[in-house]
Parts: sequence; C-alpha cells; structure tokens
Amino acid sequence: MNRVGLITRRQAIVAGVASAGGLILARRLPGDLPPSYGNILRMGDSFTYAAHRALLPRHALVREYLASDLTSFPATGTTDPGMKDTPLGEAYRRLKAGTFADWRLTVEGQVARPQSFSLNDLKRLPARTQITRHTCEEGWSAIGQWTGVPLRAVLEAAGILPTARFVKYLAFDGQVDSIDLVDAFHPQTMLAYGMNGRELPIPHGGPVRLRIENQIGYKSQKYTYRLVVTDHFDDGGADGNIQHGWAWYNGL
Amino acid sequence: MTHGPNSPSPESGPEHPRWVRLTHWIATVSLLALAVSGFVILMAHPRLYWGKAGNDLMPALIEFPISPDFAQIGYADRTPFAGVPGNVMTASRTKEDFFNQNGWARSLHFLAGWALVFPGIVYLLTGLSGGHFRTHVVPRSADLAPPALRRDVADHLRFRIRPASGGPDYGPLQKLAYTMVIFLAAPLIVLTGLAMAPAVTAAVPWLLDIFGGHQSARTIHFLAFALLVGFVLVHLLMVAVSGFGRQIRGMTVGGRP
Repeated sequence: MNRVGLITRRQAIVAGVASAGGLILARRLPGDLPPSYGNILRMGDSFTYAAHRALLPRHALVREYLASDLTSFPATGTTDPGMKDTPLGEAYRRLKAGTFADWRLTVEGQVARPQSFSLNDLKRLPARTQITRHTCEEGWSAIGQWTGVPLRAVLEAAGILPTARFVKYLAFDGQVDSIDLVDAFHPQTMLAYGMNGRELPIPHGGPVRLRIENQIGYKSQKYTYRLVVTDHFDDGGADGNIQHGWAWYNGL
Repeated sequence: MTHGPNSPSPESGPEHPRWVRLTHWIATVSLLALAVSGFVILMAHPRLYWGKAGNDLMPALIEFPISPDFAQIGYADRTPFAGVPGNVMTASRTKEDFFNQNGWARSLHFLAGWALVFPGIVYLLTGLSGGHFRTHVVPRSADLAPPALRRDVADHLRFRIRPASGGPDYGPLQKLAYTMVIFLAAPLIVLTGLAMAPAVTAAVPWLLDIFGGHQSARTIHFLAFALLVGFVLVHLLMVAVSGFGRQIRGMTVGGRP
C-alpha cells in the first residue's frame, strides 16, 4: 500500500485557490448590511446584496441603447404628487404652479458643505445623457433616454465626507429609500431632469428623479427633493420602502 | 440489457447515492417555492413579450388570465413623447388597486434560488466527476436506437411502467427526460433568470444578446418553467405508477425495495 501524505498536491492547490479566492471575496463584502428585522426574506435579500458586491464588478455599465430602440413608457406609481393631501403634496403644488423656479434639491448629512441646488444649478454641472432600460419589479420594461447630472458630481460638489456610507433620498410623494456609495458613485446613477429630449414630464417624476440603472425600477425614485448622506444604514422609518416589505437591494 | 416491463431487474442497478437523495429533496423544496413565487410574480404582470423591452403600452405576445389585472389596462389616454419619432407613447396608470404581491414573492424567489445554487453545484460536480451522469443518466447510443426508443414509447403509452428499482438503471425515455432537465431546462432557466437582473447584465451583457433581450429572456424563462412543470407532473405520475412507497423509500432512506 502506498503511503500518502496528509494532503495530496491536488488538495493543496484546491485549498490554496479556495482560500485566496475567499480572502479576495471577503475583502469585497459590504461593511454594512441592511437590517433583516428577523425576517428570513430580508436575510435572503442581504445575501443577494453581499454576493453581488463580492462577485460583480462594481461600476460595470448597464447596456445603453440607440435612439431607435426607444419604446413607449408607462408612468406608474405616483403620477402627480400634487394630488396628495399632504404637506409635501401641497409644497409640490406650489412649486408646480411656479414652473419649479423655486424648486430646490437639498443635500445634507455627511457632507462638508450642506447646500441646496436649483434646477439651473444642477444643469450647470456636467451633464450626461443615456438611453437605458427601466426594468420594473412587476415584470415590464421600457427604454427611455435620460439627461441629468451624475449623482457623484452633486455629492462631490457638496463635499461628501469619508465617513459617508449611504445616500438616503426623499420624494414629494412621501417615498424614502437609500443606496450604498457603490451605486451612488456608479457612472450611470444620475439625477435626471430630462427624458426623451425634453424636460422630465411630471408623470415620470419631474422636475427631477433618480436613475439607478443597475437596480430594479422602483429604486429610481421619482420627485426627489432631498438627499441625506449617512454614516450608517437609515431605514427611513415608517416611510422607508424596506419597511413596506420591499427588498432594499434590487440588482436581481 | 433491455428495458421493458417484461425484464424487471430491480437488483441490476445501484441504489440512489446519498448525495443524490439529499440534493433531490433540497431541490424539491426549492423548486416548489420558486414555482409558487414565480407564478405570483407573473400575476403582477401576466403579459409576455419578445424583444428588448415590453410593457402595457406595447403589444404582448401572450396574456394569461391568471390575475385580477387580466385585460384591464387601466391607463389614461396615451400621448406621444414630443419630438420622438415612431410610435413612442406615454400614459399614466389610473388603476390603483393593482394586484402586486412582488414584495415577498420576489424575495422568496431569490431566496429559493440561492437555496438551489449550492446543492446544484454539488450535484453537478459530483455527477460529472464521479461518472454518475455518464453511467446512469445520459442516454447511450443503444438507448437512442430506434427499436429501443420505439419499444419504450410504446410501453409508456400502454402504461406498462417498470416497477421501482430504488435507484438508477433508467429506461431510454427516463434518461432523455433527466438529461433534458439537467442539461437544457435547468441551465436555460438559470441563465434567463440572470438575464433579467440589471446588475448581472451590466457585468455580463451577452446574457441579453443570446436571448434577444430582457423580455425575450423573461418569455424563455417562463417556457423553461412550463417545461419543468410538465416534467414534474410526468415524474410524479411515473413515481406513483411504478410503486410510490418503494420510490419514496429509495429516494429517502435509500436501499433497495
């Protein structure tokens, strides 16, 4: 009978490759996970989030289409926050009556220079136009052209601090959601003020909405008016999307 | 060796190995959760399309009457996007009580998918490296010879099903069915599922190209699901006909009938 060592060469190679790979992947895992609230479905969502961050390239661009690929585009969810009988709804009605001249996007939290941007302020920042696919969680999709300012440019203009971990965003229809800095700094993540070559129509989130192209449609919040850069995961309280049974990370 | 009802040879094949028994039941639970949640997801938008994109304002390939939303468009008047050539329209959804249970259904779908990834890898690697697929699953040329196939089809049509052997020694049609599920339907359903994921297709854009776009991938995902459901129904029927108790015993505690 042949004497064999403790481990064979093949086992040693497999173990070596596996542990090197494991170390590399572990370094790519996100530092903060969204809360699970003890819910196994939220734990699964967090697993997807961690796996995507560990395995996928972080700033790979989603497919950009041609103008000839533009499709019809339903406006779903809120189609006019001014219809809502809330303080935010009333504020939106007033701004809309003034053709959004007084509209401001406030940026606060973990930034050196908290400030607010008018529409013209945003339009003075470097613009980007992209034709992308909106992929709704319901199952439909639509291709639209978006013009706006990369979120990164706005965060850097406000002097985002090294303590920053997440960007929380709030909308006139009451929605509250957030993304991590990987997606916030993704080159295609933008605050869009134009759609299909014109001003962003109100049913599609005007005057300004987010485009988070490498996640499912509902992360691309419409009617955004406020960004809060946080150093911890903020679930948005009772208004947070994650509190309503929706996954926080939606790369799938 | 012949595979007919007249040559029952329960002792001829090996019993189901432990890794097959274990992964079989993990897959059973996972596939059940995937099927239920997938159906609920489809109910939120029971329309299938072909191509890069598709939505309520575009013609569907097929629409299923499986949800309260069936054939109720529920949109205000369509208007064209100014300045955009072609029939590119927008419309605001007016119907508010839309059926949508995708909050839990999507999360369950992905959780069940993850639950299948690791046993799936173990199953494939063990089956490939140990020769299980080559020896017991993939049809041999003798299985595919027209007389053998003809005989097996005729036996199945007459419902003359071999009694449970408690393990491999599968017949030609059985091998064909397993092979198509393992090497065709399963990879297809996984890849088309990934082709619908924005973050995944950003990293692997050819997933969109090989299936002809996001909505084509979604349609193929559904067709592969339908194929799998068909397989499971026939599989259950064959298990019942060939001796339900012995088959369950063979796939759980193992051993021969």
